[in-house]
Amino acid sequence: MYQYDQYDHLIVRERIAQYRDQVQRRLSGELTEEEFLPLRLQNGLYMQRHAYMLRIAVPYGLLSSAQMRMFAHIARKYDRGYGHFTTRQNIQFNWIELEQTPDILADLASVEMHAIQTSGNCIRNVTSDEFAGVAADEIIDPRPYAEVLRQWSTFHPEFIALPRKFKVAINGALEDRAAIAIHDIGLTVVKNDAGEIGFKVMVGGGMGRTPIIGTTIREFLPREHLLTYTEAIMRVYNQYGRRDNKYKARIKILLKAIGAEEFARQVEEEWADLKGTEETLTLEEMERVIAYFQPHPYEQLEAIDPRAGHEDNKAFANWLSRNVKPHKQAGYAAVILSLKKTGVPPGDATAEQMDFMAELADRYSFGELRVTHEQNIVLADVKQSQLFDLWKEIKAHGLATPNIGLLTDIICCPGGDFCSLANAKSIPISAAIAERFDHLDFLHDIGDIELNISGCINACGHHHVGNIGVLGVDKDGSEWYQVSIGGAQGNATAIGKIIGPSFSAHQMPEVIDRLLQVYLRERTPDEKFVDTVQRLGIAPFKEHVYATPINEPGRLVGEDEYA
Amino acid sequence: MPNQIIKGQEIVNDDWTVLRLEEGQEPATVEIAAGKVIVPLTVWQAQKEALAARAEIGVWLQSDERPEELKGELDKFSVVAVNFPKFTDGRGYSIAYNLRMRLGYTGELRAIGDVLRDQLFQMKRTGFDAYAPRPDRSIEDALKGLTVFSETYQASVDDKLPLFRRHARTAGAREHNDVGAGI
Ligand code: HEM
Ligand code: SF4
Repeated sequence: MYQYDQYDHLIVRERIAQYRDQVQRRLSGELTEEEFLPLRLQNGLYMQRHAYMLRIAVPYGLLSSAQMRMFAHIARKYDRGYGHFTTRQNIQFNWIELEQTPDILADLASVEMHAIQTSGNCIRNVTSDEFAGVAADEIIDPRPYAEVLRQWSTFHPEFIALPRKFKVAINGALEDRAAIAIHDIGLTVVKNDAGEIGFKVMVGGGMGRTPIIGTTIREFLPREHLLTYTEAIMRVYNQYGRRDNKYKARIKILLKAIGAEEFARQVEEEWADLKGTEETLTLEEMERVIAYFQPHPYEQLEAIDPRAGHEDNKAFANWLSRNVKPHKQAGYAAVILSLKKTGVPPGDATAEQMDFMAELADRYSFGELRVTHEQNIVLADVKQSQLFDLWKEIKAHGLATPNIGLLTDIICCPGGDFCSLANAKSIPISAAIAERFDHLDFLHDIGDIELNISGCINACGHHHVGNIGVLGVDKDGSEWYQVSIGGAQGNATAIGKIIGPSFSAHQMPEVIDRLLQVYLRERTPDEKFVDTVQRLGIAPFKEHVYATPINEPGRLVGEDEYA
Repeated sequence: MPNQIIKGQEIVNDDWTVLRLEEGQEPATVEIAAGKVIVPLTVWQAQKEALAARAEIGVWLQSDERPEELKGELDKFSVVAVNFPKFTDGRGYSIAYNLRMRLGYTGELRAIGDVLRDQLFQMKRTGFDAYAPRPDRSIEDALKGLTVFSETYQASVDDKLPLFRRHARTAGAREHNDVGAGI
């Protein structure tokens, strides 16, 4: 993975000094809260319902074991013993004291980490494929380019006060695992006929109030132009993006307003002056960064069947089938540690689990981990021969729930329990659904399905692209949930369609149950839930869900635990 | 006390006045005092002939105005200013960039309006060389904003070379060997 050189260290150190001083000036009253706000946001510090929340950058989701241990340390020393992994491959801590944030940054810097641009109206942490570097369908490892973009965008003087936040995702494989279509800029690594590396450039995707799938504005951008072309996009957006209404300030609205062709024309015009300037990447620089992402020193192994010798162990087989993914190196596999155990808020990990995951990384996976945008953790380089031992170990720590890609692998934002923007709680909804469907055979029978929950229209829980999407809404001061179906991420990204009037929290498990009943009744062999919805449309689902009233009495699971 | 601004790295007295149109004042008819005045773009455009005849005149752009409007005229001004209506409005940085890089403006480029210490560094980078910090804040403190970072990654107006062209960056040349060592 990338390692800081003296310049990276210097910049992060100077940042801490700058930020420490800003906090001092805020505490002394020299800075008003209004003035401090964008400064702290650009450092990932939000004021939430109960306390400050700090979001730490995990560039493209890649972590060393030392960095994971540092999260455990922060959880213990400055928080309440746990952290929350997010859909943006970052981590958040919910109970932070303002006065301590400079010290946290100093601790982070000791393991080459920071909280720069994890929030605010600037270019945010670049996200990528959690299987980058190991996936069999990979064209080119996208991480060096993500790193080049990270450095270029860090404190970019011109793009520090954009109309709105700005998110870039990059994918290097045939299958899109980085949700590029719902990012402000989505990049896919491609090779042209001459074998040159470049990018297909998508712009104007995003969720929030107006979910829009990105439009391709350039089929092939030679890789050396990555920074100048991105700069051209940013400059057009910075000047022409709306600033009068924060819900309309995203680049997707600009693109819609002037049309993708006109937008692309303006970008090309801006780029004409930039192309070939000194910001153009040199081969030397690209090779320097690529050198950090060389494949690990894999042993030459034969592929084996990890089941061999454990044929009777159904639990292990379940886990293998859901939580273990193929690896391009024979004899190795990528393992997903599920942070979706029933009863635990999706994406949460305790300090003990973090320490344990770090140790696993050291022992099984070259000391590296990845955060997925589905809020799980990946050990990408595990020997197939060690899978059984690994499984036995992680079972004891609540990390082996065999539910990856299943109904209970829920993406869920912090919602009303933590977030001050929420219209409704989301964690108790996910808990109630997980509890209701806590039956493995049933879950495995339903198969691949994505259930995503957001506590408000900002869509931090990706509800728009969930096969089932749940959105918390406010009706006359009480919490309701709107349901959409047919959304999808990946190569066939789609925005889900709302099925009708919203439901109370207590009705939600039954709503999900009824949706599944239609699917189980109508599916053809091997058809996934989302495909059935796409084939039949939403009508039969809608009809069944609303056919008879839903009376679901009783307390919501988890309501008190997470309050 | 005379008006003070930061010019380059120093606090200097400033004898320019910035004309801001008040309600009811029209660009074509507003009276412009004698002396050194920085007028809004609209006023410049409406009264170009008379203004161009002055010995010293400046113009300022609002954050939603286009620097291209001044194409071919930039040598007429002793000062071009860019207004930051709100410190969170970052359009001024792109305006400055384009004034310098695309339009070749080389004279004084001044940031006016909601200008606060924590913006000065990026203002300098995008081509400003003069700053009129908000009058309710200490100008001495604001000066500190210019020297926050001693290295930057990307190219901008102040340095056309990005870090990777300025320095040989060798993979693995590390300051501490702390990653992997735990804490
Ligand atoms: C608790 C503090 C949080 C706050 C205040 C917050 C705030 C917001 C806001 C205001 C938006 C809408 C932005 C827009 O459309 O312009 C947004 C979108 C988003 N946030 Fe959060 N968020 C929080 C936590 C999270 C968490 C925990 C995650 C991941 C689990 C997350 C991931 C996202 C994503 C993926 C989007 C959608 C981006 C898009 O529209 O393209 N956020 N957030
Ligand atoms: S979706 Fe809404 S409730 Fe959930 S974290 Fe985002 S802003 Fe908060």
